[in-house]
Amino acid sequence: MSVTTEFSRNVEDGHCVLRFSGNLTILRVRKLSEQLNEIEADRITVDLSEVERMDTVGAWLVHKLERDRGATIVGANREQQLLIDHVTAADQPVKLKRDYVPPFTRVVSQLGAWTLTFLGTLKGMLGFFGAMLMAFGQIFRHPRRLRINAVLTQFEVVGVHALFIVGLMSFLVGIVIAQQGAVQLRQFGAEVFTVNLIGRSAVKELGVLMTAIMVAGRSGSAFAAQLGSMKLNEEIDAMRTIGVSPMEALVAPRVLSTVLLMPLLGFFAAMMAVLGGGIFCWLSLDIPPVTFVQRIREVVPMTDLYQALIKAPVFGMIIAMAGCYQGFQVEGNAEEVGLRTTTAVVQGIFMVIVLDAFFAVFFTEIGWL
Amino acid sequence: MRSDDKSPVVQVTGLRNCFGEQIVHDGLDLEVRRGEIFGVVGGSGTGKSVLMRSIIGLQMPDEGEIKVFGEPMIGRDKEEAKHVRRRWGVLFQGAALFSTLTVAENIQVPIKEYYPGIGQVLLDEIAAYKISMAGLAVDAGAKFPSELSGGMKKRAGIARALSLDPELLFLDEPTSGLDPIGAAAFDQLILELRDALGLTVFLITHDLDTLYAICDRIAVLADRKVVAVGTIEELLALDHQWIQDYFKGPRGRTAARRETEGADA
Repeated sequence: MSVTTEFSRNVEDGHCVLRFSGNLTILRVRKLSEQLNEIEADRITVDLSEVERMDTVGAWLVHKLERDRGATIVGANREQQLLIDHVTAADQPVKLKRDYVPPFTRVVSQLGAWTLTFLGTLKGMLGFFGAMLMAFGQIFRHPRRLRINAVLTQFEVVGVHALFIVGLMSFLVGIVIAQQGAVQLRQFGAEVFTVNLIGRSAVKELGVLMTAIMVAGRSGSAFAAQLGSMKLNEEIDAMRTIGVSPMEALVAPRVLSTVLLMPLLGFFAAMMAVLGGGIFCWLSLDIPPVTFVQRIREVVPMTDLYQALIKAPVFGMIIAMAGCYQGFQVEGNAEEVGLRTTTAVVQGIFMVIVLDAFFAVFFTEIGWL
Repeated sequence: MRSDDKSPVVQVTGLRNCFGEQIVHDGLDLEVRRGEIFGVVGGSGTGKSVLMRSIIGLQMPDEGEIKVFGEPMIGRDKEEAKHVRRRWGVLFQGAALFSTLTVAENIQVPIKEYYPGIGQVLLDEIAAYKISMAGLAVDAGAKFPSELSGGMKKRAGIARALSLDPELLFLDEPTSGLDPIGAAAFDQLILELRDALGLTVFLITHDLDTLYAICDRIAVLADRKVVAVGTIEELLALDHQWIQDYFKGPRGRTAARRETEGADA
C-alpha cells in the first residue's frame, strides 16, 4: 500500500490531463491542493483510474476541480463516483463563523449586560431574602415544619467537618501574625505588644473573617452546587408539585445551621489563632504561657468578643443566602452549576468584607474601640 | 475503500471486565465484519457501554484480547495506537461535543490534531461539507452546542466522528432521546453514510425500530457474555427467554409489524 499520491500531467495547447495514482486521501491533501492551484490550463481532465484509495477529502478536491475549473472526470470506479456524488451533494453554502461584532459595540453591550445582571441580582437577592423570612415565619408559627434532621445534618457538614481546617488555618495565621508583628515591633523595642496585636486582631477581626471566607469556600459553594444540580434534575420542581416548599425544606435548614454555627466556628478560630500566637511568643519571645494568658485578659476587652459574636451570624446568613440563591438560579446545563458556584463564593466573600467594613465603622462610633 | 478485505474489523476474545466485586463481562467473544451495521442489545447494566469503551480503549479490561483492524489494542503504546484510532470515529451518548467550540470548530479538532499542516481555508471547506453530509442546517456550523437541539447535537457529533473519514464508526445509543421522526431520519442517515462511505458501524441501541430498520447483525448481551449473534430472524428462532421477551414483547411486535408494512409499501 503506497501512502503517497502522485499525479502526472501533460499539457497540450491549454488542455491538461491530471493522472492521479496511489492514495488520494487527507494525508496528502495539503501539498496536493497547493500544487493543483498552480496548474494553469483552460481545460482539465482528471483521470482517477490508477487511484487505489480515496476518501471524502480526496473526493472534495476532485469535486472542486470539477466545480471551479470545469474539469472532466474519467476513470472513477463505482465507489469513487458514489463518493464524489455524495460530496457534490453536500457542497452547500454553510455558515461557519459567528457574526462579527465590532469591539466597541461588544464592550458597550457587555457593560449593559453586566449592569442588568447586577441590578437583577440585587433585586433577586432582596426577593430571596423576603421569601426566606417568610419561610422562617411559617416555621416559627408551625415549629413542626422545621426539618430538624436536615438542620442537624447541615450542622455536621457546615460545622463539625470544618473544625479541622478552620482550626489549622487560624492556628497558622496566629503564628504568622505573631512572627511578623514581633519583627516589626522589635524595631521599637516594643516586642511585648505582640500579645496585644495577636489578641485584638484575632478576636475582633481575623477569627470571624477568616472563618467566613473558609465557610463561603466550603459550604456556600456546596449549597450552590447541591441546589443547582437539584434544580437541573428537576427535583425542586418535583418538590413544589408535591407541595413541599423548597424554601422550607432546603434553604431554611442550610441558612439556620450556618447562622448558628458561624459564631461557634468564629470563636473557635479566634481561640486557635491566639493559641498559635501564644505558642510562638513562648518559644520565640520567651513569654511564658501564664503571662501570655494574663496579658491577653488585660488587653482584649469583652467588646471585641461581642463584636465578633454579633458579626458572625450575619456573615453566616449572607454566605448561606448567596449560596442558596445562586443554586436556585441554575438553568440549562451543567456548566451553569460551575459558574453559579463560583459566583456564590465570590458574592459571599465580597458581601462579607463590605459588611465587615460597615461593622468596623459602626462599632467604633458606638465606642467599642 | 478496502471492501474486498473480509477479515473482521473488530475481534474480541475472552473479554473480562470487573468493577470491584461486580463482574460485568466474563469470557465475552465478538466479531464485527467489514461493511456491516452491527447492533448490540442487552438489558440495562449488561455492559453494552463498557464493551464499547473496552474496544475503543477507554476501559482497561481485566482479561481478554481485543483486535481492531487486525491489530491488538490492549497494552499498546499510546503513540503506536494512534494510527489505529485515526481509523475510527465515536459518537457518544450525549454527543460529547466540546461546549466551548462551535460545531465547525468541533469538526476541525480531530483534523487539526492529526494533520496540523492543513490550511484554514481547506479546513473550513471540509467542515462545511461534513456539516451538510450529517444533515445539519446550513447555519449550524457557527453555533455552539448549547444552541442546538438534541437531534442536531447528535448530527454534529456524527459530523465530528466522520471528520477523519473513519472506516469504523462507534455509536452509543444514537437515537435515544430523539422523537420518532428524528430517530427514523437518523437511522436513515446512518444507512446512507454506511453506503456512501463504506463504513462499518458498531451500534449500541435500545431502539427496536433501529434494529429492524438498519442492523445487519445483532449481538445480544446477557449473563456477562454474548449469548447470541445473528439477524433478527435468526435471533427470533432461538429459544432464549430474554431474546423472546425482548423481540416478542409488545414493543418488539409493533416494531416488527411496522417494518413488514414498510417493506410492503
